[in-house]
Amino acid sequence: MSSAAPLLTVSGLKAWYGESQALHGVAFDVREGEVATLVGRNGAGKTTILKSIMGLMPRATGEIRFNQKKTLGLRPDEVAALGIALCPEERAIFASLSVWENLLLPPTIAGGGFTIDEIFSLFPNLKERRDAGGTTLSGGEQQMLAIARILRTGARLLMLDEPSEGLAPVVVKQIAQTIGAIKARGFTILLVEQNVNFARSISDRYYVVEMGSIIDQCTRSDVEADPARLEKYITV
Amino acid sequence: MTIFGISVVLLLSQLLLGLINGAFYAVLSLGLSVIFGTLGIINFAHGALFMMGAFIAWMLLEWLGIGYWPAIVLSPLIVGAFALVLEQVLIRRLYKLDHVYAFLLTFGVAMMIESLFQNAFGSAGKPYAVPPSLRGALDLDFMFLPYYRLWIVVASLVLCVVTWFAIERTSLGAKLRAATENAPIVQALGVNVPRMMTLTYAGGAVLAAIAGVLAAPIYSVSPHMGTDLVIVVFAVVVIGGMGSIKGSVIAGFGLGIIEGITRVVYPESSSTVIFLVMAIVLLVRPRGLFGRTS
Repeated sequence: MSSAAPLLTVSGLKAWYGESQALHGVAFDVREGEVATLVGRNGAGKTTILKSIMGLMPRATGEIRFNQKKTLGLRPDEVAALGIALCPEERAIFASLSVWENLLLPPTIAGGGFTIDEIFSLFPNLKERRDAGGTTLSGGEQQMLAIARILRTGARLLMLDEPSEGLAPVVVKQIAQTIGAIKARGFTILLVEQNVNFARSISDRYYVVEMGSIIDQCTRSDVEADPARLEKYITV
Repeated sequence: MTIFGISVVLLLSQLLLGLINGAFYAVLSLGLSVIFGTLGIINFAHGALFMMGAFIAWMLLEWLGIGYWPAIVLSPLIVGAFALVLEQVLIRRLYKLDHVYAFLLTFGVAMMIESLFQNAFGSAGKPYAVPPSLRGALDLDFMFLPYYRLWIVVASLVLCVVTWFAIERTSLGAKLRAATENAPIVQALGVNVPRMMTLTYAGGAVLAAIAGVLAAPIYSVSPHMGTDLVIVVFAVVVIGGMGSIKGSVIAGFGLGIIEGITRVVYPESSSTVIFLVMAIVLLVRPRGLFGRTS
């Protein structure tokens, strides 16, 4: 797995919100089939990195290559069409759409995605509540719907922004199992997390983000050898 | 026969007239509402698009001998194509700006279109005959109901139902509703939102143009036929609730009928009653009768 060519390569990535610079030359890569995790404190720039990859930042420079193709400068829907999908931090489940409509919202871009049957066997709750309004679901169910929504499209790189945030421990465990199942299907995952315990249960590689730069990186075995390695970057 | 000293026949005929005006209010406010809900644009050019619909039907008949039925399809398509270009060239530059810019631009565009038509055709109304297949009237004993007026009510109800279905029950409609809530995320999920917005603007223009063709035989076709109407229609949209389809339809027909009743009961206020209702609704429910509360 570690010898595989990078599916996503980010180098010299800078991004701005208006006049204030949020990213100062971020560089990292994500290999095919792995779970890579961006860890770091609030405001470090983790979400901005995902937004830059997705084409959602008003101003970003540097280079992002997905499958050798440059993505900076493309519209978000063009980036999505290349096979990158985002599960945003705020989940963005649409209130005026039913669960079913939320699930079918993103257009299919390639084969190889989960079928509806597979999605419903992974998330039985969603099947039961398919006609309910999207935001009548519980927080955990909304998170599952936000993940389920991007499994269908055939996107190869799934970017999950803090999927464990604000959820009960039992639900967090469920989400971790789900991500494991998704990885087993050969999907590549770029995760943003502050919950190190959650991240450790699924990640192959870690990048530490601080003040808009990557300041450290390590692998699953590094963290297994020294469990405190990541904690120092998170705890204040 | 009278009730409280009011002739029932007079009341019913004014109710019918109100229903017809209401039909136009409903179709026009529907288009405005869909455009506002999705694009966040207050489209003051709506009255001009309505007028273009009527005028193009008139031109097709006068210049090419193309009758009412082909025109009710062709004219909205032509206006829709015009709106497509208008959105691409001008309107789309406004999405990230304050609403007031959209108001200024579309108001300016409306004045330009209306002045161009006035320059070319003069401001006098042009007659447009009722199509032969809809001449005549239904005898209801107490009054005659012209078939054409019945057609207007039926056609606008069909337009309202079709629009409601397209937005509430189709996958394209689901994308539109989602984009109303959070357009950037919808685009990040892979939907070509810019193209969808272009089509939405054109769709609203098509609705306005169909209303224009429907209106051609009963109002005279003139460059300013949309100007007064659009002011009332904006009041209707505000009363119904900005962006609400149900609100547009109910407020459109309802206010047409209220206007009709007022014309019998207290004719002096028939042209202001809608604005009175608007003021009351804004005091009680600032987001309109069916506006989303967020």
